[in-house]
Amino acid sequence: MKTVRTLSLLASGSLILTLAACGGGDGEGSSGEEEGTTAGGTTITWWHNSNTGDGLEYYAQLAEEFGEEHGVTVEVEAMQHEDMLTKLDAAFQAGDAPDIYMERGGGELADHVEADLTMDLTEVAAEEIEQVGGSVQGWTVDDRVYALPFSVGVVGFWYNTEMFAEAGINEPPTTWEEMYGAIDQLKAAGMEPISVGAGDSWPAAHYWYQFALRHCAEQTLTDAVKTLDFSDQCFIRAGEEVERLVAAEPFNRGFLSTPAQSGPTSASGLLATGKVAMEMQGHWEPGVMAGLTEDGEGLGDKLGWFPFPEVEGGEGDPAAQLGGGDAWGVSADAPPEAVEFVRFMLSDEVQRGFAERNMGLPTNPNAGDAVADPALAGLLEVRDSAPYVQLYFDTAFGQSVGGAMNDAIALMFAGQASPQDIVDATQAAADAEG
Amino acid sequence: MSSIPIARRGDAQTPAGRGSRPAGARRRDWRMALEIVAFTAPALLLFALFVVWPILRAVQFSLFRWNGFGPLVDFVGLQNYASVLANEVFTDAVVHNLIIVVASILIQLPLGLAIALLLNRRMRGQGLLRTIIFVPYVLSEVIAGVVWFQLLQPGSGALEAMLGLVGLEGPYQGFLGTPSLALPTLIVVLTWKYIGLAVLLFLAGLQGVPDELVEAAQIDGASWWRIQWSITIPLLGPTIRIWAFLSMIGSLQLFDMVWILTGGGPANATTTMATFLVNEGTKRQNYGIAAAASVVLFVIALAMALLYQRFVLARDVAAADVPRGVR
Repeated sequence: MKTVRTLSLLASGSLILTLAACGGGDGEGSSGEEEGTTAGGTTITWWHNSNTGDGLEYYAQLAEEFGEEHGVTVEVEAMQHEDMLTKLDAAFQAGDAPDIYMERGGGELADHVEADLTMDLTEVAAEEIEQVGGSVQGWTVDDRVYALPFSVGVVGFWYNTEMFAEAGINEPPTTWEEMYGAIDQLKAAGMEPISVGAGDSWPAAHYWYQFALRHCAEQTLTDAVKTLDFSDQCFIRAGEEVERLVAAEPFNRGFLSTPAQSGPTSASGLLATGKVAMEMQGHWEPGVMAGLTEDGEGLGDKLGWFPFPEVEGGEGDPAAQLGGGDAWGVSADAPPEAVEFVRFMLSDEVQRGFAERNMGLPTNPNAGDAVADPALAGLLEVRDSAPYVQLYFDTAFGQSVGGAMNDAIALMFAGQASPQDIVDATQAAADAEG
Repeated sequence: MSSIPIARRGDAQTPAGRGSRPAGARRRDWRMALEIVAFTAPALLLFALFVVWPILRAVQFSLFRWNGFGPLVDFVGLQNYASVLANEVFTDAVVHNLIIVVASILIQLPLGLAIALLLNRRMRGQGLLRTIIFVPYVLSEVIAGVVWFQLLQPGSGALEAMLGLVGLEGPYQGFLGTPSLALPTLIVVLTWKYIGLAVLLFLAGLQGVPDELVEAAQIDGASWWRIQWSITIPLLGPTIRIWAFLSMIGSLQLFDMVWILTGGGPANATTTMATFLVNEGTKRQNYGIAAAASVVLFVIALAMALLYQRFVLARDVAAADVPRGVR
């Protein structure tokens, strides 16, 4: 009978410990980063999300090159994208952020700046900022630049050219009417038209963003980011378009629990393995798909890309694009070598290597012509000719509002939210933020 | 019997009044107090540092609006609690937790008991069978979760392939993607995962059932069923009660399996209190809301644990105290 008491003690103990683990960090800001001047010289830490294939290898090679040249040790940690975001948040709270990290801009960056977590690069990397040009806008807070964008792209449809041809679709659709026609043709040919990782909610949310971009005037969107006011009717119309699309059942079986890009059964995996004809995804897609196929090729030369089709009667510029990118940020108390490293990452040579490996869309203009993949080259053209690139809404609005918005949109994909519900949920989260 | 422990305590505290105690006894009192302090201090310190302090911090966080960075400045009083309790996703999560608590006990108790009684009989391959039943419990939750996730994939999963062999087709969104099926599917996986613990505990408890009682019943002509029902299961009572307690607490805190299989979805059909607070905290950076939810979870779990201890386990604990004094 002694065991009874021991077990119940154990039980309450583990209960309390588990709860305690949820407590959260200490608000002391950055305090760590004392690794630095050990016998072996400076160590800088670098987190990135190119955790598969060529990208992983290339970044490891760059870290070594830079390390040898500058007599520092670059400690690289490559993580899956979602894992990296979670770890990064935790690291920032604990004041233990890596020296070099991926900064996505928008509301998140504003939070980081306000909490003094990230370094002002305006002067120390002036040359690179000048060279990158307008793309740094997304990483600028009060006219100070806090991160160097190394890849900026737009969201569009990646498709399997072979499957399109087989279904008798000769030209990628340019309007939604054509798109619905293509969906029917693909279905008639016995194919699943589109994969979407609604299990992760943001890939589903991108549809709503895209329709909002087409339906809302630029000024309405710019104002919404600042005032967090979503009362304009164009946001309702975006929801109605998504509703119509979901009702047409173009998506892969089980899309509600499909993850975005982890594993061969993810939305990207389904496209990469020829299970679906297309997927709407960002510029990182070829790299992700390459990592999800055995031969490391993804769809190879069967991969095509077309921008989000036009809608009828929208107030938005039909050439405007939804997009965003990744930038290298430097944490506030990183050693000067970390700044050197991000400048190195923006150099012609590194950016060209980056482009040649289809890892993204280089922001350094001297590297644009190195984009090897014809699909990506087409995307680059669309990006450069867009009147403006709207940053992903969830990034622009910050995680609190963006998360509520994404979850409400995912509910619509499950048939459990109306266009008005999405606006209400977003507005409620925005109001709660004060 | 109850007089024995009192008599033992008597040698430390003389029955006579305080003032008239001999000096030697007082010195011994001091030494004893010192011993108690010395031996419990490390444990108490750890408890305070890793249990009490984080709980107090969580309560503190729950009173502020805080995005995880910088100092706590935006005091909002009980507003986070109000918004958590008014949030349908959270109240649904509480309901999901309670469903899992009840379902776990209702399914695993009879099933676990049946398996334990079967495995308690002498038979060929007993060791192997016991191992097979217990392996899922030992397996890492993440690994088990990923394996099940792949098995349950719509279209390509093994389960669907098996259904196909008998001419059936799985649901369009798959078992984890259909809101009405996701929670039952989760409960099946949890049963598979945790039945091993129930069986193991019950088997251990069965070793404590004295053979004489069983033999006596056999001599009286009782059938196997009769013996199980009237002797074995009642004597297994304390073990069952402590298992149910462990199961209840585990179900209330359930996080990892849900996170891997569904992430709380589809359409919040499988959210638990723990996935809610992690989602609000690490994903949306509403740490005040997350802290408030964690305090609510803590209060619910604590209240249920205390009530259970008071009304269900009290008997066992009282019974356990007496023999300790004797031995």
